[in-house]
Amino acid sequence: MTGQTRAVNARVPPGPLETKWERHKFDMKLVSPANKRKYTIIVVGTGLAGASAAATLSELGYRVIGITYHDSPRRAHSIAAQGGINAAKNYPNDGDSIFRLFYDTIKGGDFRAREANVYRLAEVSANIIDQCVAQGVPFAREYGGLLANRSFGGAQVSRTFYARGQTGQQLLLGAYQALERQIGRGAVDMHPHMEMLDLLVIDGRARGIVARDLITGQVQSFVGDAVVLATGGYGNVFYLSTNARMSNATAIWRAYKRGAALANPCFTQIHPTCIPVSGDYQSKLTLMSESLRNDGRVWVPARGGDARAPGDIPEAERDYYLERKYPAFGNLAPRDIASRAAKQVCDEGRGVGPAGLGVYLDFRDAIQRLGAGTIADRYGNLFEMYERITDEDPYRVPMRIYPAVHYTMGGLWVDYNLMSTVPGLHVIGEANFSDHGANRLGASALMQGLADGYFILPYTIGDYLASAKLARVEANGPEVRAIEADVAQRTQRLLAIKGRRTVDAFHRQLGRIVWEKCGMARNDAGLREALAEIPQLRAEFWENVAVPGTGESLNQALEKAGRVADFLELAELMCLDALQRTESCGAHFREESQTADGEALRDDEHFAYAAAWQYAGEGNAPLVAKEPLAFETVHLSQRSYK
Amino acid sequence: MDFTLRVWRQAAPGTPGRFVDYPAPGISPDASFLEMLDVVNERLIEQGHEPIAFSHDCREGICGSCAMMIDGVAHGPVAGAAACQVHMRSFRTGARVTIEPWRSVAFPVIKDLVTDRSALDRIIQAGGFITAPTGGARDANEILVPKDAADAAMDAASCIGCGACVAACPNGSASLFTAAKLTHLGLLPQGQPERSRRTLGMVAQMDREHFGHCTLFGECQDACPKQISIDAIARMNRDYLHAVITARPERSGGGTG
Repeated sequence: MTGQTRAVNARVPPGPLETKWERHKFDMKLVSPANKRKYTIIVVGTGLAGASAAATLSELGYRVIGITYHDSPRRAHSIAAQGGINAAKNYPNDGDSIFRLFYDTIKGGDFRAREANVYRLAEVSANIIDQCVAQGVPFAREYGGLLANRSFGGAQVSRTFYARGQTGQQLLLGAYQALERQIGRGAVDMHPHMEMLDLLVIDGRARGIVARDLITGQVQSFVGDAVVLATGGYGNVFYLSTNARMSNATAIWRAYKRGAALANPCFTQIHPTCIPVSGDYQSKLTLMSESLRNDGRVWVPARGGDARAPGDIPEAERDYYLERKYPAFGNLAPRDIASRAAKQVCDEGRGVGPAGLGVYLDFRDAIQRLGAGTIADRYGNLFEMYERITDEDPYRVPMRIYPAVHYTMGGLWVDYNLMSTVPGLHVIGEANFSDHGANRLGASALMQGLADGYFILPYTIGDYLASAKLARVEANGPEVRAIEADVAQRTQRLLAIKGRRTVDAFHRQLGRIVWEKCGMARNDAGLREALAEIPQLRAEFWENVAVPGTGESLNQALEKAGRVADFLELAELMCLDALQRTESCGAHFREESQTADGEALRDDEHFAYAAAWQYAGEGNAPLVAKEPLAFETVHLSQRSYK
Repeated sequence: MDFTLRVWRQAAPGTPGRFVDYPAPGISPDASFLEMLDVVNERLIEQGHEPIAFSHDCREGICGSCAMMIDGVAHGPVAGAAACQVHMRSFRTGARVTIEPWRSVAFPVIKDLVTDRSALDRIIQAGGFITAPTGGARDANEILVPKDAADAAMDAASCIGCGACVAACPNGSASLFTAAKLTHLGLLPQGQPERSRRTLGMVAQMDREHFGHCTLFGECQDACPKQISIDAIARMNRDYLHAVITARPERSGGGTG
């Protein structure tokens, strides 16, 4: 596993951008209906990407094994997405098109995504809405019965479809119900409470996974012809994030250590509108949907140290800094820009709330203009959620918000067919790196998860299966047994440490390091410090972590310990990646690389590539392959939202 | 704030459990109920004890993982909130707080406060979907859905599948869960072709899973973190009656070509 960097080949089909996918669909090999049932595909994860893929593959006739660590597929973290899903339907007649959605996504990602993938995403976006409506997703409607749309950050058209503030929930329930239908028919073999702990690579191909049954503790293997990882993002490396508590990087990290390249790990999205931290006990951060920025105005007091109540600060002494700095997009500036602007005003001492780490999101003007009833219709559940957590009524007092880790654009590197550098290992949804470049636009995660699962992977995986010559793998063979033994031994090792510090204590400390040194702003010195601190913390973890109980039953502390052990390795790779990329782009803001007015300054000459990191064995520095990003259709320009 | 917790501890399915008291001093009123449990668990681990097992994930009231009786009330004292959305400011300092797993034969205890709720998935498998395989859907705007129908469908669809309705019901009925899904799909034009079949299938599965019958106590709607109304159950009963009366025998499919 040491030695040379292996080049990565994106396998983008030739021809004009607009016809690549259509042509590629024709060029790909098919598996005939009668042969599909001879193939077994293992799908890990049941969020939007995993559930939609598992259901669709099963409908096509493949044998599907589904894996989730939840008690039910419906609990995957996609359920928590609030705001909406983008699609180039142009129903509002405001000038949207596939090309505009493609362009906005490429630009929003600060020109660090692959053109061909993003174009395909925009192309299938409209199909997603059709599919979801057919399944009964209760999207918001106008009185005439047509679908309603709203706008989101980074776009000047209204292309976002939504189901109140619970769009992720409704889309996931649509995919979940399609999946349950297949489970009920016996066509998907679903394994809840099952956590993937390793990837089975046999003769150079991904042929299955090793997993631990979280209830019985039993380590077991699932073998098949291809593996699909739909295991989400790694935002919880920061400890505090908007991710669900169990979301973790273990599946993708294990795949990385078995040879799959991991791309752009330092691209992590910090969402501008979250409820600020209130104390040490805090276990997670709660997002307030970006859609609130349609009607809420973001401001801070014009001078620092202004301790008056927000209502007592006259108009002239408020700084609506997003509207001031970005008049064209105003409060709907993209997430990375809005987050950094909030950090900046707080760094200047103008932040609000107990710790000075917050800005106002004020609905006063919108309530005056539209009435409280309309605002309640649009955001009622979000206002309630805010009041429940903070004990403040946002109809009267402006919300206080602060940025928080929300999404990871980085992930396992995949080619145009969504296959990683390990043949047979496909990666979809947030777990891959593909479509959002250095910054994801709002309402695009749901779009990508479902595009991958419903409309892209089901085609491309057939091409792989029809082309690959796959020998039979024995579930009881020595190779499989050896990896199972590795996994069981790692679990035993964690239990045997019997140290004095809890897993959460280590995780919190890791989170602070990564947040401070590889968070909203990064610099050379800070990253080097982090690269010294993380290995120390990791060494201490393996000597002093306290994991009570045994491995033979439900043991939540043990589950967490395994996940945090992997975060302790991944964090280092994130910092390495951030260190090598000396430009700023999107969410990756290197303080050394900024324009005169403090905006991210890209360096296209040197950094127009995706960094695909490859594991080089224990104790060796990882290797990096660079996938050059060629911009044949869009013109590389400095992003401006002014 | 200071509390004394009285928590149900049970090592494994089918083994006897018991209540154990734990002191919980020095808790912030702004901590959520689950964050309070985190603090208690951290202290237990530091003392070398096994932490209290409980289901949780999103901690914002949408994933439906968290599930516990707090002082005998499903999800605790705050209306329209899951346990993760209850904050300690809702309790009196010095209070003794009793925490138990969901109570229902259909939800056997796995460990401590964690129960097996897979019966709810099997009710969905029995018909809680619209058959619409991927591909071939027509343009979304060709299906008109009146706003009031879409809104009412959304109210019912907001169910998070936590099982509080079952836990709160004196009969252990899953009627509100089942009726919410039937209402969501039954209100939409897309849901009409399978409406009767869906109703018959899901109701039959509910019985097979040993859930009790509904006698309209109404406890479920009070416990529901999404405040879904028992009007859904009336709708289910009406649809069920209609389906039983109008059911036609299913024919095997296919031509001979």
